[in-house]
Amino acid sequence: MPALLPIDVLLIAACAWLAIGLAGLAAPRNLHFISKILFPLGAAVGVLAGLTSLRFLGSGAETAVLAIGLPDLPFHLRLDNLAAVFVLLLGFAAAGISVFAAGYFRKGEGAAPGLMCLQYHFFLASMLLVLLADDAYAFMVAWEGMALSSFFLVTTDHRHAEIRRAGYLYLLIAHIGAIAILLSFGVMTAGSGDYSFAGMRAQALSPFWASAAFLLALAGFGAKAGLLPVHVWLPEAHPAAPSPVSAMMSGVMLKTAIYGLLRVSFDLLGEPLWWWGVVAMSVGLATAVFGVLYSTVQSDMKRLLAYSSIENIGLLAVALGLTLIFHAYRMEALAALSMTALLYHCLAHAGFKSLLFLCTGSVLHATKERSLGKLGGLIHRMPWVAWLALAGVIASAGLPPLSGFVSEWLLLQSFLFSPGLPHPWLNMVVPVAAAVVALVAALAGFAMVKFYGIIFLGQMREEALKDAHDAGPWERAGLLWLAGLTLALGVLPTAVISVIDAATRQLLGTGLADKVREHGWWLLAPISPDRASYAPLVFLAVIAAAVLLGRQLVHRLYHGRLRRSPAWDCGYVFQGPRAQDTAEGFSQPIRRIFEPMFRMERHFPTIRDEKPYYSVKVEDHFWHWLYLPLARAAEWVSRLIIRLQGGRIAIYLLYSFLTLIILLLVARP
Amino acid sequence: MNIFGFLGQLFAIALALLLAPLLTGWVNQCRAWLQNRSAPPLLQPYYMLHKLFLKDVVLAHGASPLFRFAPFVVFGCMVLACAIIPTLSTDLPFAPAADTIALVGVFGLARIFISLAAMDVGTAFGTLGGRREMLVGFLAEPALLMVIFTTAMISQSTSVATIVETLAHRDFIIYPSLAFAGIAFTFVSFAENARVPVDNPATHLELTMIHEAMILEYSGRHLALIEWAASLKLYAYSCLGLALFFPWGIAEGNSVAGLLLAIPVLVAKLAIGGALLAVIETINAKVRIFRAPEFLGTAFLFAVLGLLVRLLLETQS
Repeated sequence: MPALLPIDVLLIAACAWLAIGLAGLAAPRNLHFISKILFPLGAAVGVLAGLTSLRFLGSGAETAVLAIGLPDLPFHLRLDNLAAVFVLLLGFAAAGISVFAAGYFRKGEGAAPGLMCLQYHFFLASMLLVLLADDAYAFMVAWEGMALSSFFLVTTDHRHAEIRRAGYLYLLIAHIGAIAILLSFGVMTAGSGDYSFAGMRAQALSPFWASAAFLLALAGFGAKAGLLPVHVWLPEAHPAAPSPVSAMMSGVMLKTAIYGLLRVSFDLLGEPLWWWGVVAMSVGLATAVFGVLYSTVQSDMKRLLAYSSIENIGLLAVALGLTLIFHAYRMEALAALSMTALLYHCLAHAGFKSLLFLCTGSVLHATKERSLGKLGGLIHRMPWVAWLALAGVIASAGLPPLSGFVSEWLLLQSFLFSPGLPHPWLNMVVPVAAAVVALVAALAGFAMVKFYGIIFLGQMREEALKDAHDAGPWERAGLLWLAGLTLALGVLPTAVISVIDAATRQLLGTGLADKVREHGWWLLAPISPDRASYAPLVFLAVIAAAVLLGRQLVHRLYHGRLRRSPAWDCGYVFQGPRAQDTAEGFSQPIRRIFEPMFRMERHFPTIRDEKPYYSVKVEDHFWHWLYLPLARAAEWVSRLIIRLQGGRIAIYLLYSFLTLIILLLVARP
Repeated sequence: MNIFGFLGQLFAIALALLLAPLLTGWVNQCRAWLQNRSAPPLLQPYYMLHKLFLKDVVLAHGASPLFRFAPFVVFGCMVLACAIIPTLSTDLPFAPAADTIALVGVFGLARIFISLAAMDVGTAFGTLGGRREMLVGFLAEPALLMVIFTTAMISQSTSVATIVETLAHRDFIIYPSLAFAGIAFTFVSFAENARVPVDNPATHLELTMIHEAMILEYSGRHLALIEWAASLKLYAYSCLGLALFFPWGIAEGNSVAGLLLAIPVLVAKLAIGGALLAVIETINAKVRIFRAPEFLGTAFLFAVLGLLVRLLLETQS
């Protein structure tokens, strides 16, 4: 029997996910069977997929042809290093999320568990197929499968009108994006009719058509990723979905869009033009600033995370733009640096954002509350979730020694080289863009302190929170796995870069791994140690040593006495939970400083009010500037068209007659 | 990593731990003189630390383990920061662990922990302090990074040791960009160290406090560690400023003679810097909290100007 190739193993994994999903239909109401047997099995398949791509990374591409699809266009599949990095991400993130989901779903919530199980595993399998697809047809089929299954997952709780609305918006934008992607593929075939990716690579497009293909791809994949201005579905759909699904969508599905962008711009299109990078970077910067500002002012914990995902996608687009610029000027070593930052941030974000979404799931189950204004003090009742969420929060704020910092550091390092660009003004403008990245990172810290401080710290804002319970063993295991990934990505950057370097080398022809490995496994020095270096383990060791030594010394030399008393609070007597900042109060400085960025409706109390109240509602400018006018225009056009449809058969006959006459006049031989 | 390097490193950390409260004491003393008050003794911060360590910790009922853990983390972060900033010599075995960007990360980590700890007990002033600290943080951090970018572009490196070696031990060149960066850095370090005009370390009016509001609930050894960490932060910022803008006198190797020369130079530079800090604090008034964005926005502007000057005028040199 011939040995199984990695691509075969991955195909088996996709089939296994489908089979697990179908098995859920066998006993759709048996929650125990589905959650305690099928979901863990799905997690095992995820680990298998992750390990397979880990083993594969660094070897040559493998292809396979499936005998399904169109008559003359069977499904072409191909596993190369770029796909393998994203399969790795998918597999390992899915493992943690599935294990969490095993403990998450309860009786009587939303759809039948069997149906959920089918949709969830179909979602996983179609994401895997998106990554493996090697022709436009297979890609679009898998892409649509992914969109549809995630649409059904989002609308699991379809009894709420708000959730149906979110699902509709998501479906709409997903399809607008899909059309753009399809058009982009169409442009790349250059009329040859060959829809396989190999055929597209062989085409030499003129700069105009190549740019058209790139911009269409940016629009199409941007719609899936949540780039400005097609981001509006994201803060609606993520909170609507059950938490494991939000985690999967934010952590993994958004990355498939990044994968698509990488595939198109570096693999299928050949040589990029420098201004593509400028476009991608500008869109990315706008998205990142927008996302982080809106995430700081949210009062719903899942919306906050959704906006934070928009911010991270923006940062990824910035890295993509920088890589394109370097690549266009053939500065491959620097392009490799920013590409590594990009891939690293994909992995890091998949870990910490899934972790945080799952934590909100546990909080939601324990408290039935999504609004930050009604949470607080949960660290006392849910220590597991609280401490693991802390890891996600630190990583998400881009702070050492966890995963988010490494990618941010690599990105800033590559920005430092941008003055060397051989272009008269680009080399001035691009370094200043780094300032925006720094602002985004600092604001992300603000958002994360708000998220963590208001949910887990302080006094409980509601009586009912006293009954909150900690996450169960399955949930804990899932959270631990993702927190472990976040830590590993944070402290072992050289090992991770050696793994993902194969993808960088495939796309750019050069990588970082050789340089990185030169200085030992503990020191990350992508260029040279003189230039820049970061050793998270030493970093962690010094802080840990200072903490432990400090504690020991203080206790030895002095004492460890401690007693409890009421809080001091400058002697104020009233210390109830209402005295703490609300979610709105905490972000008041942001609303004030960045006032033009928000559309706000505020109501301030006056002294004469019988029942004074304060309210603030923050809305997205894009709704009012872009979407509502578009919707109104669509309505207006339809109203015009209605006039043609009188509903009387005589008029329709007249139309046919007129058409016939005109055709006879026009189409004379 | 040789043994002398390691010893030199430990010596630098020990010196930081010892000198930091002294620097705070010196600034307080200068300020008292300038304000016509009778000055506290130079060693007053040590007495304070000793007293606080002796006292029992009085913990609020609602305090979680994070509250007790945070002072140690903040202290650890500041020790690390002092370990990687060259004070006496650029030959620091720990220095490759973190470059200047990571240094900003260390300060960020400490800030997050102290803000979270401030929100932990759940009092009105705690959350107020935490929110304001994060506000100052996100305004100051981009400016600080831009300063670092400017200096890094001059020396083609983000490693502090290399920056110092480039500026101090090569041909003397005047970089106009460094002047802008220096002004921006001064602004940022005032904000980051809770000094006038952004915050007042001596204030006891609750509504205007930032740093003090955050640590209201701390007592005993926790408070001592936070105070010590705060003076270490001032020391670290001063040393970073000296390393980036006045690096002369920092030894390159770990020879005993070099170190012996470097210590008095460092002490003299810190004394002058501390006195200047006191002067600036005395002649300025604390601004309202919502003027702080203007103050730090100016710093950011200066930093970006420095960067542009570097890119426009100095790239040929």
